[in-house]
Amino acid sequence: MTASWNRIPRVEHAAEVALARRGQPLPLDIPRPLLAHGLGRSYGDVCLNPGASLLHTPGLDRFIAFDATTGQLTAEAGLSLDALLRFAAPRGWFPPVVPGTRFVTLGGAVANDVHGKNHHQAGSFGDHVRALTLRRSDGQVMEVTPEATPDWFAATVGGLGLTGLIETVTLQLMPVRTAWMRAWSQRFDSLDAFWELNARAEREWPYTVAWIDCLNPGPDGRVGRGIYSAARHATTVPSRSEYRERRRSIPLDPPVSLVNRLTLRAFNHLYYRQPVHATPRAAHHLPWLFPLDAIRHWNRIYGHKGFYQYQCVLPPHTAKDGVQALLDAIAASGQGSFLAVLKTFGASAAPGMLSFPRPGATLALDFPEKGRDTERLFARLDAIVQEAGGALYPAKDARMPAAVFRQGFPDWETFAEYVDPEFSSGFWRRMTA
Amino acid sequence: MNPMKNVVLFGATSAIASAVARDLAEQGARLFCVARDAEALEALLADLRVRADDPDGARILGATADLADSDGHAALWQQAQEGLGEVDSVLLAWGTLPDQAACAASVDETLQAIHVNGTSAIALLARIAPDFEARGRGVIAAIGSVAGDRGRQSNYTYGTAKGMLATYLQGLRNRLFFSGVDVVTIKPGFVRTPMTEGLNRAGALWAEPETVARGIIRAMRRGREVAYLPRKWWVIMTIIRLIPEYLFKRLKL
Repeated sequence: MTASWNRIPRVEHAAEVALARRGQPLPLDIPRPLLAHGLGRSYGDVCLNPGASLLHTPGLDRFIAFDATTGQLTAEAGLSLDALLRFAAPRGWFPPVVPGTRFVTLGGAVANDVHGKNHHQAGSFGDHVRALTLRRSDGQVMEVTPEATPDWFAATVGGLGLTGLIETVTLQLMPVRTAWMRAWSQRFDSLDAFWELNARAEREWPYTVAWIDCLNPGPDGRVGRGIYSAARHATTVPSRSEYRERRRSIPLDPPVSLVNRLTLRAFNHLYYRQPVHATPRAAHHLPWLFPLDAIRHWNRIYGHKGFYQYQCVLPPHTAKDGVQALLDAIAASGQGSFLAVLKTFGASAAPGMLSFPRPGATLALDFPEKGRDTERLFARLDAIVQEAGGALYPAKDARMPAAVFRQGFPDWETFAEYVDPEFSSGFWRRMTA
Repeated sequence: MNPMKNVVLFGATSAIASAVARDLAEQGARLFCVARDAEALEALLADLRVRADDPDGARILGATADLADSDGHAALWQQAQEGLGEVDSVLLAWGTLPDQAACAASVDETLQAIHVNGTSAIALLARIAPDFEARGRGVIAAIGSVAGDRGRQSNYTYGTAKGMLATYLQGLRNRLFFSGVDVVTIKPGFVRTPMTEGLNRAGALWAEPETVARGIIRAMRRGREVAYLPRKWWVIMTIIRLIPEYLFKRLKL
């Protein structure tokens, strides 16, 4: 059974086909609607198509062309960022935007217009896409570029795979000197301290992110203490430059979620107490950019029932109060999150009609599935996000009400005109029913 | 260690051979890839040329051919040798997974399946063996199957072809040993490839083509005689081979 990363919802598909080659017609003999499914790292049902068909894309993983002087790369859309990194980093090139896991496909990165810790400087993934090929159910294969077909480009970037099958992606890579980074981190004891630190750090550091302890209050009695981290690509290789990633695995589902009030409080406390290094030091890009990729199947710690991710963005003028209100509501509910991540987005306009990144601050949280309690908490958080004029991230969503989506993505009706009549997803049906 | 610098891959667009080709291209080998489908071959060659930093196709070569047509083998082998200059290793990797029920219902289907998976490969081996023998080094590898180790009702036509291939390789290994040429029989277990799509592929017995490919390259470099991939299949097949026939015939395998 194909599931998304958080394993909610559990659904059945009528048919699942593994695509092996580009340039082929869409399979005719399976029920409509269709949806491309890459590595299944999104949450909820943007990558699921209950009762209908999935087209698995990881077999479409060929390179097509690479220009070693300009760094422009064309590949099939099922190529993973992991494979891309292994190819590009030793050659002095790097994907200009990477999300928190490298086990996503190019097509998925486009369809969700993913962002990384460097959004304030680099924008989102779609900002670096130079061309796409899009296979439509009427047999047409469209060459989509920001210049020649700006409307189709804006619909397909962040378009949740609904405008057709993305077959190939042309991406502009960025030059790097080494596979290493210079990184520092620092504790802060309140959200006010975060904002101050962030304003300074963002000007100089291309990658920034903060972890928030959403269970244990800071000295001012409010939740909001955490650890701030920043990095840039290094220009020199450290003297001890051997790096070997030690990957561990959660081998099976624990009978109950390992994430509970007790472990959360302890984890958050310990995490806050981890050693920090305020002066920049060398760090390899893999652990710095993708810390959770070192633990295969980390989603299993929540047990068979799965978990939710709640990721919102709040516009600049409401971000400070809004983030504090969200954290207060979570603390009051007693349902803390393992990994609460806070980051500010840059001011650039997003390339896609349904792009999630926009000026402001984004907060991402994980919650174990606890039925009604979780629902109540999310309703409370939704109200704060809506009042702040924010939006929730479709790629991380298994439950947002359609009204929240429509408010957060006012262009959704324009977008709907570009949706392929034979493509759909569980998410899309939920939002448009 | 056998060099793997100039390698001919027959049936190169199969999932396992493609994975082998990718690894070898990244290791700097010169490759000659043969496949039936021109479009699929082009896509493979483009991918390999990116991986090998060879945009002009100086080191990554290819040709289309239907390898079931053994009359074409001589010219093809000639072309591969001219393309690479000197061939130090070959991998035979083409094949189909025939529908056993269709074979049971048709003599033609049965013979066709045995030809594609068995005799056509033997024809090519017979063609190239004298050249390896004359040069006195190199490695010849072919992909057989665990299905060739014992006939089972669910796929004995395929198993027959692969079993015949394994026996031929055994004899060839014995013959070429005395001229310093290694002959390697690869026996993959269940691999998640387009060939096996449609089967239930969950579970610990299923392997990824990339894993099998690494095992193939290792076995070829070392000149292993028979390589079960992943290795646990040696244990499984040893047990299966030990079951007495009077019991085995009663099993629903």
